[in-house]
Amino acid sequence: MKPGRLASIALAVVLLSIVVPARAATIQITMENLVVSPAETSAKVGDTIEWINKDVFAHTATAKNGDFDVMLPAKKSATSVLRKAGTVDYYCRYHPNMKATLKVEP
Amino acid sequence: MFIRSSAAIAAAILLSSPALLQGASAAEKPTDPQIAHIAYTAGVIDINAAKQAQKKAKNKDVKAFADDMLRDHEVVNKQALALVKKLNVTPEDNDTSRALSKQASDKLAELDKLSGAAFDKAYVANEVAYHKTVNGALETQLIPSAGNAELKSLLQTGLKIFQGHQQHAEHVAAELK
Repeated sequence: MKPGRLASIALAVVLLSIVVPARAATIQITMENLVVSPAETSAKVGDTIEWINKDVFAHTATAKNGDFDVMLPAKKSATSVLRKAGTVDYYCRYHPNMKATLKVEP
Repeated sequence: MFIRSSAAIAAAILLSSPALLQGASAAEKPTDPQIAHIAYTAGVIDINAAKQAQKKAKNKDVKAFADDMLRDHEVVNKQALALVKKLNVTPEDNDTSRALSKQASDKLAELDKLSGAAFDKAYVANEVAYHKTVNGALETQLIPSAGNAELKSLLQTGLKIFQGHQQHAEHVAAELK
């Protein structure tokens, strides 16, 4: 094998790893009995959050900084894809003492 | 006079601080059918108060709070109805329920005379006081007295959600000042 060819393979591998990032994950956050769990979640940009409302009450996942406002009717789920890095405190607009934090890494 | 006095005592207990309800619980333990009736009545009262507020409130936070009360209390009462049906229990009217209803209809009439910011303030102040009283009764009297496990669990969920309502009401009250 010529050295030039080896280099181009190496380059291709490097480029491939740049173009195809680590597979995005789906992370579940549950609201049950008026408690958000986990209270603190870490995720990466590109990950999907699956919001699961197990209560008979409607809830929302509302970011304090306005990044998201997800409606969760009773016993329903919803998903949202994280587009922005940062630490976001969120709460339920209907039950403001339901609070949690989402840490989104770049 | 003796018959009326027990209702008067119930009213006095409900109007006073939750600490006094604790004293009453030892003397008089409500039965499950009575507890179901009290809890349902307490829900209906807050639903009616919320409906009045939806018509009369001016402040957007107060309006949103009233919407929240209506939504949650309707859900809890729906759960309560489904449970009594499942358990084959007929809710039983009692002095506490009657005292609650009487007090509530007086309050509705009183609030009806107010409008604008005065109404908003009075409604929210009453919501704080009302949830405090109901939560105190749930904690010290109704939950400890409940015999059926499912009824107890529903009351516990109720307490949790109504404690949230109380905090929410306190927050809105503070914002109005």
